[in-house]
Amino acid sequence: MNRARLVRIIGTYGVLIALAALILFGFLRYDRFVSFYNVMTLLRYNSMFALVALGMCFVIMTGGIDLSVGSVAALGSVASALASPYGIVPGLAAGIGAGLAAGLINATLVTRANLMPFIATLATMQAASGSALLLAGNQTVSVSYESGFTAIGQGNFWTFPIPAAIAVLAYLIGSLVLNYTGTGRAVLAIGGGEDASRLMGLRTDRVKFLVYVASGGLAGLAGVILASQFGAGQPIEGVGWELFAIAAVVVGGTLLTGGSGSVVTTLAGVLLLGILFNVLNFENGMGWISLSAYWQSVIRGLFLLVVVLLQARLTRRRLNAL
Amino acid sequence: MTELPRSYAERDAVARSFDLFGFLSRYGTSIALVLLVAFNLAFTRNFATMQTLNVNLTQVCTIVIVAVGMTLVIATGGIDLSVGSLMAISGALAPMIFMGKILPIGSIYLGVAAAMIVSVLVAGLLGLFNGWLVARFRIQPIVATLVLFIAGRGIAQVMTNGNLQTFRVPEFQWIGLARPLDIPAQVIIMAVIVAAAAWALKKTLFGRCILAVGGNEKASELAGIAVSKIKLAVYGISGLCAGLAGLIVIAINSSSDANLVGLGMELDAIAAVAVGGTLLSGGKATIVGSLLGALTIQLVRYTLLANGVPDAAALVVKAGIIALAVWLQQQHRG
Repeated sequence: MNRARLVRIIGTYGVLIALAALILFGFLRYDRFVSFYNVMTLLRYNSMFALVALGMCFVIMTGGIDLSVGSVAALGSVASALASPYGIVPGLAAGIGAGLAAGLINATLVTRANLMPFIATLATMQAASGSALLLAGNQTVSVSYESGFTAIGQGNFWTFPIPAAIAVLAYLIGSLVLNYTGTGRAVLAIGGGEDASRLMGLRTDRVKFLVYVASGGLAGLAGVILASQFGAGQPIEGVGWELFAIAAVVVGGTLLTGGSGSVVTTLAGVLLLGILFNVLNFENGMGWISLSAYWQSVIRGLFLLVVVLLQARLTRRRLNAL
Repeated sequence: MTELPRSYAERDAVARSFDLFGFLSRYGTSIALVLLVAFNLAFTRNFATMQTLNVNLTQVCTIVIVAVGMTLVIATGGIDLSVGSLMAISGALAPMIFMGKILPIGSIYLGVAAAMIVSVLVAGLLGLFNGWLVARFRIQPIVATLVLFIAGRGIAQVMTNGNLQTFRVPEFQWIGLARPLDIPAQVIIMAVIVAAAAWALKKTLFGRCILAVGGNEKASELAGIAVSKIKLAVYGISGLCAGLAGLIVIAINSSSDANLVGLGMELDAIAAVAVGGTLLSGGKATIVGSLLGALTIQLVRYTLLANGVPDAAALVVKAGIIALAVWLQQQHRG
């Protein structure tokens, strides 16, 4: 009994423990790892991925998947860059609006046409990518530097990066919705057993609809930050973001079969993957080894492998313990 | 509105009109293909030429080869996201071997033979690794193959340090450039692989086992099918197909760029399989369908491009067709 409980705790909080260990490692080994500049840069850069992973986390908890987030973010970045001369609000609205539109298409395909989420969002991924290229005329679109639009990605809220503040706010809302609202509980119920949830009277289609729309909107918001941070709408960015987001969600301990998951540990998963890359940079700086940037994906992959193997062991034990 | 009971003949007519819908969804891909060809014959200039045929076939054949392996994996209820990365690995490894960067090899023929065999086998072994994760640890296929999707391209980039490898080695490049009897070599390879896989899936015990595992894994296990071995085999085959496709791509390009070889291939292959009529949940699969699916997607793109529609718009249309095709097939099942 005690052992089963221990296993469950490690399963849920393993990612937090790993994150703490990695940060401690970096703190002890590198002088400027926990410096103000490094931490803020890290948070600023990873906020886009955090937003995308948040949407993905909700979709996965319902037992679905959203492969379109990367190209939807690209579409959002182009739309917001085009609207950026008119100011911050139109820029934000255009990017989020484009994301919501793509999310609506996903939601309709999944709930009305009953397509498998994998295929529906695969199609949307291609459509969003094509639309982004069409809107942008096959090139990057510079944002306006006069309208204040770049503040969203580059500015600070006192000393805290604005995009990171947006991400933190989004995760707070996400966490509240998941834990304290009927919709949030319904998300988990649907992932646990969709037919049973429907028979229990939950409006499963409505909840799934919301989840895909939210994922699209968050991807659009990530696109706005992308455009604002790097000064351009980039129609070919976002390749592989969906898989990075899935990896972060999985590393965060959410099961891909749906029905269980946590918003906070997803954020920890994003940070863990981000810090891993950061540590690699510092290690290169030490001069002991010289690993090219290409090693980052190898190490991320290995890391995912370890987590997945651990998860497989833990979930099997948990099933046995029940 | 009449409330009279309908005669059997009338009911029959209703049933037949539903059958028409079923017919559409079953043969929709073939019909679409025929319509596309007809449209092109009427409106696209220079369509009915050997050159057009060859251009389309050479562009589609790496997708088809990968889609064959993908069909088998999907037939067991799995998915393989790592194919594009495995293409990059085999594409990076082969030139390193035949250009003598790893071991100096005296004869170019020996070097090319070693390069082809070793790089395809390495991709196959990595495929087996995917299968091992899926079968032994019961990790969901989408996550298990995500590992190599992420790490695989990194491995290829690390191997080449991200550099472009260029070469002019006709002894190797026949696989992408030779034209025996005016037919591109890779088209012949594709035809052989499609025929072999279609035969194996329909006529051999192995093929029936694949479908049984995808249809109902527990029942197959209880019926005495070695489920783990079947899974290992299909992921291994998918790896081999990806490795071969990687070689063809670099042979056509006369160069290997680890950043680009096979990029996005997993999605093209899955789309071809889905449009072709294979159930994504497993248990029902058609290799020829995947071939037709890939040809349809390719021909849509060609038709749009040949008639002046930009490539980006073609992507949007392609997305619509994938969604429509899968939706139609579902109507038939429902």
